[in-house]
Amino acid sequence: MSDAIIKIRNLTRLYDMGGELVHALRGVSLDVARNEYVAIMGPSGSGKSTMMNLLGCLDTPSSGEYWLNGEEVSRLSDNALARVRNREIGFVFQTFNLLPRATALHNVELPLVYAGLSAGERRERARHALDQVGLSNRKDHRPNELSGGQRQRVAIARALVNQPSILLADEPTGNLDSATSEEIMRVFGDLHAAGQTVVMVTHEADIAANAARVITLRDGRIESDRPTRDRAA
Amino acid sequence: MPIFEAVRLALRTIRVQKLKSFFSLIGVLIGVTFLIAVVSIVQGMNHYMQDRFANGLIGVNTFEVRRFPNYDVGNVPEDTWREYLRRPRVNYQEAAFLRERVHTPTIYARTCFEDLWVNQGTLRGQIEVRAADEEYFRIKNYRIAEGRTFTPQEARSGLAVIVIGDLVREKFFPGVDPIDKELTIAGLPYRVVGVVEKQGTLFGLSLDRFGIVPFLAPARRELCAENVVHELWAKSAGPTEMLAAVGETEQYMRIARKLEPDQANNFYIETAEGALGTWAKISRILFLALPGLVAISLVVGGIVIMNIMLMAVSERTREIGIRKALGARRRDILAQFVVEAATLSSAGAVLGIGTGLVLAFVVRALTPLPAAVAPWSIGLAVFLGVAVGVAAGVYPASRASRLDPIVALRAE
Repeated sequence: MSDAIIKIRNLTRLYDMGGELVHALRGVSLDVARNEYVAIMGPSGSGKSTMMNLLGCLDTPSSGEYWLNGEEVSRLSDNALARVRNREIGFVFQTFNLLPRATALHNVELPLVYAGLSAGERRERARHALDQVGLSNRKDHRPNELSGGQRQRVAIARALVNQPSILLADEPTGNLDSATSEEIMRVFGDLHAAGQTVVMVTHEADIAANAARVITLRDGRIESDRPTRDRAA
Repeated sequence: MPIFEAVRLALRTIRVQKLKSFFSLIGVLIGVTFLIAVVSIVQGMNHYMQDRFANGLIGVNTFEVRRFPNYDVGNVPEDTWREYLRRPRVNYQEAAFLRERVHTPTIYARTCFEDLWVNQGTLRGQIEVRAADEEYFRIKNYRIAEGRTFTPQEARSGLAVIVIGDLVREKFFPGVDPIDKELTIAGLPYRVVGVVEKQGTLFGLSLDRFGIVPFLAPARRELCAENVVHELWAKSAGPTEMLAAVGETEQYMRIARKLEPDQANNFYIETAEGALGTWAKISRILFLALPGLVAISLVVGGIVIMNIMLMAVSERTREIGIRKALGARRRDILAQFVVEAATLSSAGAVLGIGTGLVLAFVVRALTPLPAAVAPWSIGLAVFLGVAVGVAAGVYPASRASRLDPIVALRAE
């Protein structure tokens, strides 16, 4: 427990939808240890996206605590949240979210720009990150010159380039065919094997099965939280 | 994000949308072009008026006593004009009185002039014939290219000798030495004794189309009536002496004409400064109007850029979301868009400086104006370019920086 990289206590999130209060999360508590591989599942409306946004420090909870890598991040200012996103979190999105006009290398460099690294160091580390995902030969291509799988690998390289505490993936295979999905899942598996903490939000059970632990949300609460091996058994 | 990083990003964004960027900065471009071109031309005009018009036509430390102003008569009211015509002409006694009384060392020269037909053999043409006292050459600072001016003897006796301008030499004595040749004025042959160094042109008109004869020469009768001086030229040693001499001249002219203290001068003392008065008025108006005209184009240019930036922000909402997710702080986004607007606007300013320079050089090449680009106007243009961009960029940039990353990431 002391090695928990994510520690969440009683997290709630209320939305004010034109005067009507919507409870997206109704008190969630969980811990994720370093080097865990967790999938968060749940039907639409279960609070998965809200969970994802809170975990990614894109949003702050209405109440509760969120400790990320030993730092309480649930009450931080905008600027401080930006710093946490930059240093601690690597995002992988369903739609890749690469800058269309920038080369793969430049896309991967982006987090380092906001970390304040020099151009030389940025290029060095971005090259290394592209190497890690097997795309060093595509570094000067723009997203529209890359296949879906390659784009997602660029996005993964970008997520990894700042050596974040957690890799946060939101439906990472949602826009990919099954062969490519498998390829991406292999990359995730390799990263996990190399020590990376991975949290993945998905609604596909077979994708979630790649994780070691599956948390299922329903109506803003944790419905189940168990290792995949148990389920498979 | 460091500023140069933002500039690089901005330049890349501009490069990928060349045409759109160009149209968005056209307002700034026009404003700056206008600024550079007008300042250059007005300054060139100032130089020209100062050097060529005032100092060329009148001269440094030089003034003339006349019946009424020479260079300001185009725009006087009817009754002023009638008053001018009622004034007595300057006469020999007044000239002599000034020569005798004015203490400040000043040289005077009586002159009368008129365009007359002259001929040399079969060559015939009109030149400005001026009858002048010999001091006139010193007052006008005429250098003699060939020959000499009048001897005191020639001046005193009013002999039929003439000193000609360069254009007259060219026209009447092509390819031959004009010295001791004859030029006929009103049926009387005048011996050429000297040629004045070429004076060049003013507003495209030659300043060398003249011949000067002694004031007492017979040709004077063709130029003005007995006891009349068209212009009494005068020159002092320096600016302060000239001021004193002008004051004294005015005072003694009033005495000579027995003017009561409440009576206005019925003569006019023309100085280079006075002749520049009209031009000074025009250039002052131009310089007053200029900031307004430049400001209008820049405001329009700024509004265009602001609109383009607002469009850019909504087109690139997703990009902003991505950048925020990856750790861009508000001020990073703010800087990105402000710098982009400033870069865009500065690019307009740089292009405007370019076209302004081209315009100034075209004016210089095609007109006698020495249109000179003022370095301060370039500095001002660059500053205005950046300032307009920053001003136009702040609002769109602050909208961009305030976007919620979650909403922005969902944008299409």
